Amino acid sequence: MADYDQPNTGASTAAAAAAAATATAAAQAAAQAQLKKVKKQKVLLMGKSGSGKSSMRSIIFSNYLARDTRRLGATIDIDLSHVKFLGNLTLNLWDCGGQEAFMENYLSQQRAHVFSNVGVLIYVFDIESRDVDRDLATYVNIISALVQYSREAKVFVLIHKMDLIQPMTREDVFDRRVALVRRKTAEAVAIVRKQKPELTGPSPPPPPGPGGAMAGSLPSPDSPIPDLEVSMQLFATSIWDQSLYKAWASIIHDLVPNLSVIETQLASLGVAIDADEILLFERTSFLVVSKWTSPEGESNPYGDRFERMSNILKAWKHTCSKFTGTPRNAEQFSDFEYKMGANFSMFVTKFTTNTYILVCMPPGEASSIAPS
Amino acid sequence: MGQRRSGKSSISSVVFHKLPPNETLFLESTARIQKDSLNSFMEFQVWDFPGQIDVFDNPSFPFDMDAIFGEIGALIWVIDAQDDYLEAVARLNATILHLQRSYQHINIEVFIHKVDGLSDDYKLDIQRDITIRIQDELSDQGVENAPVNFHLTSIYNHSIFEAFSKVIQKLIPRLGQLEAMLTNLCRTCRFEKAYLFDVNTKIYIATDSTPEDMASYEICSDYVDVIIDFTEVYGSWQRTPEWRKRLEGPPWEQKLEDQVACEWAESGMVLADAQRPIMLREVDRFLALVAIMKEGSYEKMPQINMNVDVVVKGLTEFFEITKSKMTPTAVPGGVTAVNGNGVVGNGH
Repeated sequence: MADYDQPNTGASTAAAAAAAATATAAAQAAAQAQLKKVKKQKVLLMGKSGSGKSSMRSIIFSNYLARDTRRLGATIDIDLSHVKFLGNLTLNLWDCGGQEAFMENYLSQQRAHVFSNVGVLIYVFDIESRDVDRDLATYVNIISALVQYSREAKVFVLIHKMDLIQPMTREDVFDRRVALVRRKTAEAVAIVRKQKPELTGPSPPPPPGPGGAMAGSLPSPDSPIPDLEVSMQLFATSIWDQSLYKAWASIIHDLVPNLSVIETQLASLGVAIDADEILLFERTSFLVVSKWTSPEGESNPYGDRFERMSNILKAWKHTCSKFTGTPRNAEQFSDFEYKMGANFSMFVTKFTTNTYILVCMPPGEASSIAPS
Repeated sequence: MGQRRSGKSSISSVVFHKLPPNETLFLESTARIQKDSLNSFMEFQVWDFPGQIDVFDNPSFPFDMDAIFGEIGALIWVIDAQDDYLEAVARLNATILHLQRSYQHINIEVFIHKVDGLSDDYKLDIQRDITIRIQDELSDQGVENAPVNFHLTSIYNHSIFEAFSKVIQKLIPRLGQLEAMLTNLCRTCRFEKAYLFDVNTKIYIATDSTPEDMASYEICSDYVDVIIDFTEVYGSWQRTPEWRKRLEGPPWEQKLEDQVACEWAESGMVLADAQRPIMLREVDRFLALVAIMKEGSYEKMPQINMNVDVVVKGLTEFFEITKSKMTPTAVPGGVTAVNGNGVVGNGH
């Protein structure tokens, strides 16, 4: 169980069991190299000034309340932070101030510095922005720079501040914006492809075929530029509801190494204890790291329940911290159990040093999880 | 009632329709009297009056005073604390004078609203100012000891729920007996604080006799929220018959209902420092008992559950009696029985 904390060592242990000593060394070296690579990759958080980048970062990673983010000032230049996640995974988060002067600077003088070796780009659009064309122009420039320097980077676009749109029209507004952003992305990629011989410098990759490359192609310096508009993910978010957790959970999902090991272990635990659903949360952010659902649990009509649980538990953590007077980042509750008569039973408890686990079980004797 | 844009509809949407406070921005202004029925342990009707209409002085549409005020128990007057409130105070005074003449039983509750964002000192200043203005005016008119109460409220925190709780509590018949039951429970189980919540609105209808404490109300009310959310996500949909069949099959060979110890929702929570665990127990469809326990109580949960069971039975009896509107003399009898049952807790 302790291995859930250390996905990397977990993988190397598995390799050790399977192979001879020499092979183990090699596997470890490979794992180390992979680890290094993961650690070095950066997460760029970009978007126009005032679009809410620092706010969402503070809510997810620093336990701010949504209303506390009003106190945040504008980010000057780049705010570098190393976010500890799941104990030994460090996210190298670059929160880039969005004022135009900074943006131009990133795109010109600091271009190589900012855009090389990017693992994930998170671009935030303010839905309420009045000058959409200009936002999109900046976005196109950023995408071009990204494709030029780190083409295998994953792109997440968050359409933010959705709470300011009337609930009835939200879906429509979002769909229209998604189509627009995808089109612009495709255009940006196409332009870079055309201009590439002059732009890419030392090792110009071959011009892509008519169809471009598939999104999942192997990343190598010579690989063709992937179709970003296909592989990118877009989310409608707001700091006032759970949508933020959904977006960040999928971002995190791409960053945690050896997640499949955790997932299989979780599944075998679920089968062993006859649960309906198991969710694994990271301790501070309460983002869902991994989940398992039984065939019965799959019929749950609430598709948004994972981010909803994150939101509920995080809000609950705030309440507890207010009640106990301890800092928000501190661990707040250790056990939470709930038996809903003959409907279901569930509990949330501290699992490992860095995770909480939520287990939903069928009611009755089979689920007798008596607290001892 | 209250001036236009003072936040009346926002209050009723937040408290009775669970609208998120930030979405009240989109509410339209109220044009007619809005009546909301509230089905709970007691039946309430909340009437939302449009602010621009003066009920007492409206020659074109004379209102039927008896129809409006004849049956109401409490009148809530909302004053916007962030606005110039002189006019609102003047209208409130006129209203109180009207009501005092013919409907003396009506409690008048003044919500000094939108106090979020104001400093604590300033809030108190405003409250004092409004209180003095109203009392001066009333005593000038010869009205003494009018049942007027003041509450500082905001929809962005728990204060609006707390204020509503106090208003509703005044309308509950035999509140004292309810409180005595909870106080008894607290003593026998060594609880720090116990609340009886109306689950839908998170208004508490009774608490034990220990001093009021905003912090414990907040955590208990949020606890109810968490439980509601969990129930909605995992408990509000039908499982397949196969699933049920498997659970009721060997080795237990019992119906699910017989396998569980308690057919109502039960929950417990332990904080990281292991002090003050919290427990919740559903009383009926509308009510839940939430209590803050003392350190070490979590290990004695079975015993506590038994005590709580007894009190819950008593509460159910209590509501049956008050609901069926039996003669008042029957009520003390029923409650005595409850107090007698409470003795079980003495084994603690």
